[in-house]
Amino acid sequence: MSDDLSSEPTAGLPPAMAGIVEDFQALPERERLQLLLEFSQGLRPLPAQYEGHLEKMERVDECQSPVFISVEVGEEQEHPVHLHVSAPAEAPTTRGFAGVLQEGLDGLPARDVLELPADVCFRLGLEQAVSPLRMRGMTGMLARVKRQVRVAVAA
Amino acid sequence: MSTLPLDPDSKLAAYAHPDKLVTTGWLAEHLGEPGLVVVESDEDVLLWDTGHVPGSVKVDWHTELNDPVTRDYVDGAGFAALMSRKGVSREDTVVIYGDKNNWWAAYALWVFTLFGHPDVRLLDGGRAKWVAEGREMTTEVTQRPAADYPVVERSDAGVRAFKEDVLAHLGGRLVDVRSPQEYTGERTHMPDYPEEGTVRGGHIPGADSVPWARAAAEDGTFRTREELEAIYQQEKGLAPGDDVIAYCRIGERSSHTWFVLQHLLGFEKVRNYDGSWTEWGNAVRVPIAKGPDKGSLR
Repeated sequence: MSDDLSSEPTAGLPPAMAGIVEDFQALPERERLQLLLEFSQGLRPLPAQYEGHLEKMERVDECQSPVFISVEVGEEQEHPVHLHVSAPAEAPTTRGFAGVLQEGLDGLPARDVLELPADVCFRLGLEQAVSPLRMRGMTGMLARVKRQVRVAVAA
Repeated sequence: MSTLPLDPDSKLAAYAHPDKLVTTGWLAEHLGEPGLVVVESDEDVLLWDTGHVPGSVKVDWHTELNDPVTRDYVDGAGFAALMSRKGVSREDTVVIYGDKNNWWAAYALWVFTLFGHPDVRLLDGGRAKWVAEGREMTTEVTQRPAADYPVVERSDAGVRAFKEDVLAHLGGRLVDVRSPQEYTGERTHMPDYPEEGTVRGGHIPGADSVPWARAAAEDGTFRTREELEAIYQQEKGLAPGDDVIAYCRIGERSSHTWFVLQHLLGFEKVRNYDGSWTEWGNAVRVPIAKGPDKGSLR
């Protein structure tokens, strides 16, 4: 874990995630919510093998709505990671966080995912607009993604 | 001093205060009339943005009704500024609706009550019923001109209980509206909400367990007066003259029960203990009962 204590919000982030953080930080606080909404709309539909089979996925208990994740870790040397998420339309904030993780992590080598700073969710600068309480779901989601990656790489 | 007419619906007419609720049909009929402001209040801060009742404004419990520093609600000046920004005047009829059986809508209505807003009503069935009936939704951002709203000091005394009030009330009637597992102490947080844990589990001694959602029907509307009386009065033995305090985890689910007891069943003295279990379960040397029995004070 490389939690960077410097004040630069993009410090220690892989390029895609750093780009997302920059996009959020460039906006006034209130408008950041709209960007989160766009991420919620951009969440990819579930691959066919999970459609109707949420039991094959992991429930994210930290989220206040029924949210399920599954992490695909490639066989290739770098073990590229892809994240699949099911989150209800009635929970757009959670979907937005899921969308940020999905886009920010997509195709990253497993090692880089494991090295993502644990506070990456807080670097989006959404605590005021979303409230700190609602940030915990995203933190929980990332912790579970990392755990699945760790298990897959060890296997 | 209702600005808009009451909903004459027969189910609503049976409640103690039928002026506190409207049906989806009534709202559809009166939408857009001057003097009516529709407010959506949800658990999810972005849900309104994905689509809402045309002309409605969003009021968020976390970021707008709570004080950002102290664990308290906004003060009179803060509420006046919020209402002004949302385009609500003191004379307006406010109809609040939201997700999850109007859970957060009831909470918002309770906060409006602290400021004595004269005419504030809930939409029976909330957002889910409006959507299920295929009624109009829009993503268009509502533009309401800023309104003049007077600074009215918040009055907590009638409907809000603090920890000290609950301590003084011990031995009196309490309603614990959390899940059965939270009541017994098996869990220190509600299912699906693990982040709001407390140090100790259980309930306030003497409290009856009536999970809040028992007051809601399948479609999210409130149960009929007769059904509600069967739960709170016949089953639990509460009487309209009792002094009752309802609590949950942070005071939102218990706002729903407060609404039921106060406005639908007409109880005269009902207070919501918004400190609820996140305060009581972390407080030093307060009595706690564990297990399914109500427990008593030793």
